[in-house]
Amino acid sequence: MEIPRHWRLKQQRYGLVGEVCPHCQVKVFPPRDVCPNCGGEARTPYTFSGRGEVYSYTTIYEAPAGFEDKAPYTVALVKLEEGPLVTAQLTDLGDKPVEIGMPVEMVTRRLRQDGDDRSILIYGYKFRPVMN
Amino acid sequence: MTENKTLLKPSRPVGIVGYGAYVPRYRLPAKEVARMWTGGRAAGLPIKEKAVPGLDEDVITMSIEAARNAMKRAEIDPAEIRAVWIGSESHPYAVKPSSTIVAEAIGAAPHVQAADMEFACKAGTEAMVMAMGLVGSSMARYALAIGMDTAQGKPGDALEYTAAAGGAAFIIGPAEESLAVINASYSFVTDTPDFWRREHQIYPEHGQRFTGDPAYFRHITEAGKTLMEAAGTSAKDYAWAIFHQPNTKFPQKAAQMLGFSPEQIAPGLLSPVIGNTYAGAAIIGLTATLDIARPGDRILVVSFGSGAGSDAFDIVVTDKLLERRDKALKTQDYIARRTEIDYAAYARYRGKIRMK
Repeated sequence: MEIPRHWRLKQQRYGLVGEVCPHCQVKVFPPRDVCPNCGGEARTPYTFSGRGEVYSYTTIYEAPAGFEDKAPYTVALVKLEEGPLVTAQLTDLGDKPVEIGMPVEMVTRRLRQDGDDRSILIYGYKFRPVMN
Repeated sequence: MTENKTLLKPSRPVGIVGYGAYVPRYRLPAKEVARMWTGGRAAGLPIKEKAVPGLDEDVITMSIEAARNAMKRAEIDPAEIRAVWIGSESHPYAVKPSSTIVAEAIGAAPHVQAADMEFACKAGTEAMVMAMGLVGSSMARYALAIGMDTAQGKPGDALEYTAAAGGAAFIIGPAEESLAVINASYSFVTDTPDFWRREHQIYPEHGQRFTGDPAYFRHITEAGKTLMEAAGTSAKDYAWAIFHQPNTKFPQKAAQMLGFSPEQIAPGLLSPVIGNTYAGAAIIGLTATLDIARPGDRILVVSFGSGAGSDAFDIVVTDKLLERRDKALKTQDYIARRTEIDYAAYARYRGKIRMK
């Protein structure tokens, strides 16, 4: 049970809320309060557009605990249009083959539950092929 | 409009400032349900196919996407929303609101009312009436009302052909900012035992033939008729009409009973291709109709929820619709995004396979 952690991470997970560095304008995700580019303090919240492209990907057949009922599923490194690289599941692929460079957009989905059927549900970002 | 005590007419004029739909991508053909339970008898199937949510979707995730589409059209600061109300019969939690998670996800929390509504298939329109009240009394500038469901029918039951997933979100706000003004609403409610689900039960029960005349048709026609009488209108005054759509035939017959033509209900009649989205059914018909409507068009919407009741709305489209409706995905974009599944995949996606 990791309820405090899920609660703490809710904004970045539900809405892809990171930070923007006030010194060098670099966009930061996940938020870490220190700019990875210039080392300055970066605490200004920034909501990412959710658009990006597949940088690399793999398909999981032997899923870790908590994800067994979702296998097989595809995990990707997504290059956000603002710069950061994010690891996330791809969803709603249908019959579409995944390709490097494929444009994707963020959606908020149910990631897993935090234990058995009595536990809380965890929601967060995934990416799907761009719809329009 | 004639003054009439039965109408719910806000003292400050209100309307739809933004709207958004959501339909998940998977489709289960009705003939696939028939293959499983009736030896494939295809005669008299109630719809062509129904929308099925993916493994990572529920009323919360679907409401978030519909609300984001509504926000794109409304172009307002989410912090200005004073209420997030979600009507559904399939909230993921028995206790813990869907609405707080949706409010957080769209940036509306924390200065907000939030609650989950339940009234079978009319919980979404009930949320809309409440939002009209909050905005119409000037207690709030904007309120978000959502009707969304991932409905389940008992395997082999008549409802399994149609119980589907989808819905819509509406940001209700001042009429002068609206894409469509809501002149008034009227609700007709009685204690009618046509359909129910007891606590801890997975699947609903229904009163068989009780479903039709005493429940659906009585409430829809009374609500529609009373609203039109009070508003001094008749079917010919409306460009479009939407009636709750549990299947294909019921809304067609309701339209006929109230004097509407097949053309008037065509854009909003989605049940043949997405099924009955319960709390989302009437209002996703409204989003599809707004997607094609013209300024000045008058729209009648009548929902129906078992138990039973109907909410009727008298709506007029404004010029602002044309400026803002292309800012988000349209209802038909979601309907066109389609992956057909078989009964086995459906059983897995809907949690009908025991893993342990």
